[in-house]
Amino acid sequence: MTTTATPTPVEKLAAGTADYLDQRTGIGTAVKTFARKIFPDHWSFLLGEIALFSFITILISGVFLTMFFVPSMNEVTYDGPWQALQGAQMSEAFASTLHLSFEVRGGLLMRQIHHWAALIFMAAIVTHMMRVFFTGAFRKPREVNWVVGFLLLILGLAAGFSGYSLPDDVLSGNGLRITDGVVRAIPIIGSYTSYFIFGGEFPGQDLIPRLFTVHILLVPGIILALIGLHLFFVVLHKHTQYPGSGRSNKNVVGYPLFPIYVAKAGGYFFTVFGVIALMAATMQINPVWNYGPYDPSPISAGAQPDWYMLFLEGSLRLMPGFTEVVIGQYTLSLNVIIPAMVVPGILFTLLAAYPFVEAAVTGDRSEHHVLDRPRNRPFRTAFGVSLLTAFFILVLAGSNDLIATHFHLSINDITWAFRVLIFLGPWFAFWVTKRICLGLQRKDRELVLHGHETGRIVRFANGEYIEVHKPLDAHERWLRVQHDAIRPLEIEPAEDSRGVRRKGYALDRMRQRLSQTFYEDRVEPVTPAELAASHSHGEHDAVEAGPQHAPAELTGAVGGGQHLVDPQDETAPDGRNR
Amino acid sequence: MSNHDTGHEASNELVTHAPGTLPDKFEDPGHPEHHDRLGDLDPKANKKAERQVVVLFAISVLATIGFLVAYFAVPPGESVESMRLSNLLLGIGLALSLLGIGFAAVHWAKALMNDHEKSEERHLQRSDDDTRAAAVEVLKEGAADSAIGRRGVLQGAMISALALFPLAIIVPLIGNVGGDWNFSKFRHTMWKKGTRLTTDPTGRPIKAADVTIGSVFHIIPEGLEEEPHPLDEKAKAVVLLVRLDPSELKESEEKKSWSYNGIVAYSKICTHVGCPVALYEQQTHHLLCPCHQSTFDVSDGAKVVFGPAKRPLPQLPITVDDEGYLIAQSDFNEPVGPSYWERLVK
Repeated sequence: MTTTATPTPVEKLAAGTADYLDQRTGIGTAVKTFARKIFPDHWSFLLGEIALFSFITILISGVFLTMFFVPSMNEVTYDGPWQALQGAQMSEAFASTLHLSFEVRGGLLMRQIHHWAALIFMAAIVTHMMRVFFTGAFRKPREVNWVVGFLLLILGLAAGFSGYSLPDDVLSGNGLRITDGVVRAIPIIGSYTSYFIFGGEFPGQDLIPRLFTVHILLVPGIILALIGLHLFFVVLHKHTQYPGSGRSNKNVVGYPLFPIYVAKAGGYFFTVFGVIALMAATMQINPVWNYGPYDPSPISAGAQPDWYMLFLEGSLRLMPGFTEVVIGQYTLSLNVIIPAMVVPGILFTLLAAYPFVEAAVTGDRSEHHVLDRPRNRPFRTAFGVSLLTAFFILVLAGSNDLIATHFHLSINDITWAFRVLIFLGPWFAFWVTKRICLGLQRKDRELVLHGHETGRIVRFANGEYIEVHKPLDAHERWLRVQHDAIRPLEIEPAEDSRGVRRKGYALDRMRQRLSQTFYEDRVEPVTPAELAASHSHGEHDAVEAGPQHAPAELTGAVGGGQHLVDPQDETAPDGRNR
Repeated sequence: MSNHDTGHEASNELVTHAPGTLPDKFEDPGHPEHHDRLGDLDPKANKKAERQVVVLFAISVLATIGFLVAYFAVPPGESVESMRLSNLLLGIGLALSLLGIGFAAVHWAKALMNDHEKSEERHLQRSDDDTRAAAVEVLKEGAADSAIGRRGVLQGAMISALALFPLAIIVPLIGNVGGDWNFSKFRHTMWKKGTRLTTDPTGRPIKAADVTIGSVFHIIPEGLEEEPHPLDEKAKAVVLLVRLDPSELKESEEKKSWSYNGIVAYSKICTHVGCPVALYEQQTHHLLCPCHQSTFDVSDGAKVVFGPAKRPLPQLPITVDDEGYLIAQSDFNEPVGPSYWERLVK
């Protein structure tokens, strides 16, 4: 690699190729800019990578499946190795799925990889979104990218649902039938929408080919484009980083893309794909040959949709039927509209809009690249947990029949319990989470002010016992004091000095109320003055106790309650003020 | 709340400090010291890590070869067991082949590559004021070149043309995508006067005398398979037939004649969102939909006793023909299945 050495043939080839490309694309500029771009490191940043890599796994296995799957609802008579269905009538879609599973070598593996990867894709998106939410990574300038990610979540649901329905088995067919029932409940245009989807009455002859196009072209095409945009934004904004010494909103600390992340992320792709392959090898998923081809009559008890659809199922199960009303001669099925459209509508709108609401309430216009520790934003954390609680209550409600059979409970009682919980659970979760956050912040203050407990008990000559506390080093302390505590908005009074009522006061007061909801309860980080006060207070005690009597070893390193002394290598402010 | 921990004594203490000498916030102590890994200090450990990476890549190579061997040597076969074995061997081969590469690359990066953190500056996303002004200038120039602001008619014509042309795609799409758009089909099923009730799926007609008290039959109309689209017809026409002790059967006056000797027939399509209502409990005469747990009381007009459905299951009026086989008196008197906006519109 020295300039004087004669280039090896490989080096010559590389240089030649690079020159060829650069003359035609100017790729040198891109390499110079991006090859050593810095990315921060944290395990939670891998959640988004899992989503990306499981999507690539889905694409690879999906292309394989399209070679053998026949998206047709034509009825055929089965003739193949699976004896249980020999001679049965089924659609070509179902027959080709059996062919893929039994006769194409590696076909079942690819089917199972595809299905497991889809479940993991959705789980990774949801957990990645939780990470972004709870750390405040959605704040300026990343609000737009939050929306892109949110759209990816919705498209992931669409991709999963359309793919799940393709094999045309009893389970997925009943899922489609539920879809038809839900769609028909839409006021005014419900029947039109049902005909629009099914090309006539359910099930019709058009659905599988239509879903196939949606599943392999439309949705994945949009997903790919949005993933491109999502990653473009990540590069443009540079990645967020967790708080820590040396990390600020003005820098990004981590490792270069080449070679560290080429190796780490590249290796991680193979790891994610490998784990999915291992799951597909050892864990059976969606054995459609046991369910049989779609037939509108049979149904199995205890059937569950894929996990990401459970919340909708649960929502439908909880709604009491009396809410269907007739207005004039028109039927308004609120018993379907509320659980299948209004409830998810509320959940998703809150999720998509939160960054904009928080920014408006906070009145914050600056860029944020250092992440929040969730405890330092109690309202946001509590709000997120309460949304998740609502989601998981609905997921559990979607499994109420399994809960009933496994725990020998009455399904009616369980449903009633969930009907109550869906209202109480989120509020309770909000309250508890907020209390936990505030408690953790107080613990941080306590640590900064008084240091770590060491378990070492010391007796002074005068008989006083203290526990020695070890002060935090500067890095430990910085993590606990670096954040800003946001305070609620302060507004002008309602009346000016002459007692005239001010215009716009009502609006200001409303904004203030909102701001108080977010930020009234807070624990502020320790300031240097507070730490100094805490220390000098300790010294007073020590002076009163007579420092000349204290054992020599204690003067340098004694802490404990009020008895904290800074470590030797400190440049703490109280040193200057002594 | 924020000052709990320090209390008032602490704030008194502050007075003794010269005001203004303490900053409001702590200062960032700067990057923490780098800690060397074992491999950075000990060449032996470094060499060992390198060997581990090589072994991991080698595992991947062997696993790929193993996959190919399994592909040719273990066909999926005809039984579930042979299929599972083939799937297991191929899957484990693929998994190890991938995991070998994955672990090797990550281990290489973590143990052998330079692990000194680097720092890069960030810049505000917004462009500076000069660039913004230049951008506005460029747009103004362009607008002036096109003179769009002064040509109102042209503007209107362009907008109309752009707004209208999608109709040429949307109208044929909407026109055809819903088939014949004839939702009156929701109102009718293939049941008509005299259609025999036959068992699902064999299509065997049922004699009323063969239906014992407490028994349940899943029913399809006779001649279903001869229909052009049997599944579409079946999706609406499936029926559940139950015989109860007539003393347990509560029937309204108008529907007294719809049952035969305690035999009642109800649509099997749930009035909630359309799942087949297939779970019958003999003791309680309750019919449960396994999808969303709507529960219907068969002894009392299939009215809803629990769950998200609102309306009772539609009843199929039945009787017997000369040979004693169960037949329908007519079609259902209302649309079967889930509610929809125009359901009650005649």
